[in-house]
Amino acid sequence: MKYLNAEQVTKRMDGRIAKNNILKVLFLLATLFGLIVLAILIYRVVVDSIGWIDWNFLTGRQSTDAERAGIMGALLGTLWMMLVVAPVTLILGIGTAIYLELYAKKGRLQSIIQTNIANLAGVPSIVYGILGLTIFVRAMEMGNIILAGGLTLSLLILPIVIVAAQEAIRAVPGFLSEASYGMGATKWQTIKNVILPAALPGMLTGAILALSRAIGETAPLTVIGIPALIIPFPEGIFDKFTALPMQIYYWTIDSSLVAEYANLAAGTIIVLLILLFVLNSAAIFIRNKFQQRF
Amino acid sequence: MAANNKFENTSIDVKEMIAKNKQGKSLSSLTEKLIPVVLFLFAIITVFTTVGIVMTLLFETIEFFKLVPIWDFFTGTVLKPMSQNPEFGVLPLLNGTIISSAIAMLVAGPIGLMAAIYLSEYASDRVRRVLKPMLEILAGIPTIVYGFFAFTFVTPLIRSIWPDVAATNILSPGIVMGIMIIPMIASLSEDAMSSVPNAMREGALGLGATKLETTFKVVIPAALSGIIASFVLGISRAIGETMIVTIASGSSKNFTFDITQSMQTMTAYIVEVSGGEAAAGTTIYYSLYAVAMTLFVFTLLMNLLARYVSRKFREEY
Repeated sequence: MKYLNAEQVTKRMDGRIAKNNILKVLFLLATLFGLIVLAILIYRVVVDSIGWIDWNFLTGRQSTDAERAGIMGALLGTLWMMLVVAPVTLILGIGTAIYLELYAKKGRLQSIIQTNIANLAGVPSIVYGILGLTIFVRAMEMGNIILAGGLTLSLLILPIVIVAAQEAIRAVPGFLSEASYGMGATKWQTIKNVILPAALPGMLTGAILALSRAIGETAPLTVIGIPALIIPFPEGIFDKFTALPMQIYYWTIDSSLVAEYANLAAGTIIVLLILLFVLNSAAIFIRNKFQQRF
Repeated sequence: MAANNKFENTSIDVKEMIAKNKQGKSLSSLTEKLIPVVLFLFAIITVFTTVGIVMTLLFETIEFFKLVPIWDFFTGTVLKPMSQNPEFGVLPLLNGTIISSAIAMLVAGPIGLMAAIYLSEYASDRVRRVLKPMLEILAGIPTIVYGFFAFTFVTPLIRSIWPDVAATNILSPGIVMGIMIIPMIASLSEDAMSSVPNAMREGALGLGATKLETTFKVVIPAALSGIIASFVLGISRAIGETMIVTIASGSSKNFTFDITQSMQTMTAYIVEVSGGEAAAGTTIYYSLYAVAMTLFVFTLLMNLLARYVSRKFREEY
């Protein structure tokens, strides 16, 4: 008596193995799909901007005339805004992380703050724009100045900075602080001299990545109301301003009126992407160079 | 004699040192007490942010519902804020939001999951170490750049294949939004699938299952909570996404299901109204907050759902 039909078994096995191999290729293609789109996107932007990025474009003032328009004002606006966002988020973010990890007693209050941070990270950026419009621009009567935009973006990325800083603190091994306490150091001395220096590279990496998120944010800025055309360069945090992503936005939507605006938008995107690339490289450099392994 | 002198000198120094040290101690014990208080005030700012968001949205939304009945707002299919006889029905915006998010998930769901399967089950360590960071670059590109891409490349491409598509339409931003969400779903699902213990895979493979069968019958069921959570987070991201739809879908407020036409999402409406000439105190101005409140509640529910799913249905091994 024959229990197995070897021929049929082989046939079925072949089918199953073939299916496995075919789908494996499909899965690989799905993974590559995103990368192919990324390549097309960068290729398109580069092609569109060729011939448009020159000295005048980088250092010139804003203009409705596509040939004369420059992005120095937007670039300065973005940089000034980061001068607000970086210190505010670093101080608040690291402070909050230290409190939650090292001072707060495990309990109701701590879990409320922690859950709240997780929820804030999921709030759409445009809602932060409304908060900024209502509180900073209107209630505090700042108007749409750099400070108002910077504070709005600070609140937006604060949850990211806090979570990164908390992870950096948790990665510092307990024996370091125990040794510090053993030498007679107080809690704050231990934090200041032992835990913070050890956790700082991780904190900075997280903060820089969050900052690069803030640089690309457009939605909150559209809500707090950035004018389409601002000729003078901003000279401080109390000036009205425009920023790189806002400039891309206006030039893109107006490209159906003036075709050259699409080239200007592409050129601005290149500048923005280079800025982000530099920031991300700095973050990776800090992580690799200063991160200690215990 | 000299030694004695030296001894006296040092003894004075020690006394001074002790006195100094005591002074320092009272100062440092003050810092010890003050620091936690200051840090607590920092930490509480995040709570104030939430309270600020909820309060501003709530108060202005209540003002809005005094002007426009809540029933009319949630069941109205006509949105004409700028007209002489303005009407404020939110359904066209909800419709635009849901359709664009659905298109995005039709793109991001399957592709993201397949990419996760490849990275977690098929790719060698070396390939994964190259591909994963590259996918993360896709996640780091600002949405405004995707908006530019949708408007200047994807829309013309679709129109060259399917000429009925309007210059601003919901299809193109939906697809591009999906591409933007792929890395998020791929990376979260991959995390869920990689945390399934190898013993389970080996059990299935040992019984003669192919890799594909192991993936679909063992790994995916075991990682399902994490995969579903990643999908829900993807939907939440799509609902809150602003710039891509604002640029590429225009501002038509028609209540339609035709994906070749322009539709407005809740987020795009907020951009249009707040960037425009809406003066504080007008009905249009208040409608901004009512729409933002709807958006906020939607995304909050999605995020809570994602957390609930991943916690409640997690399989522990």
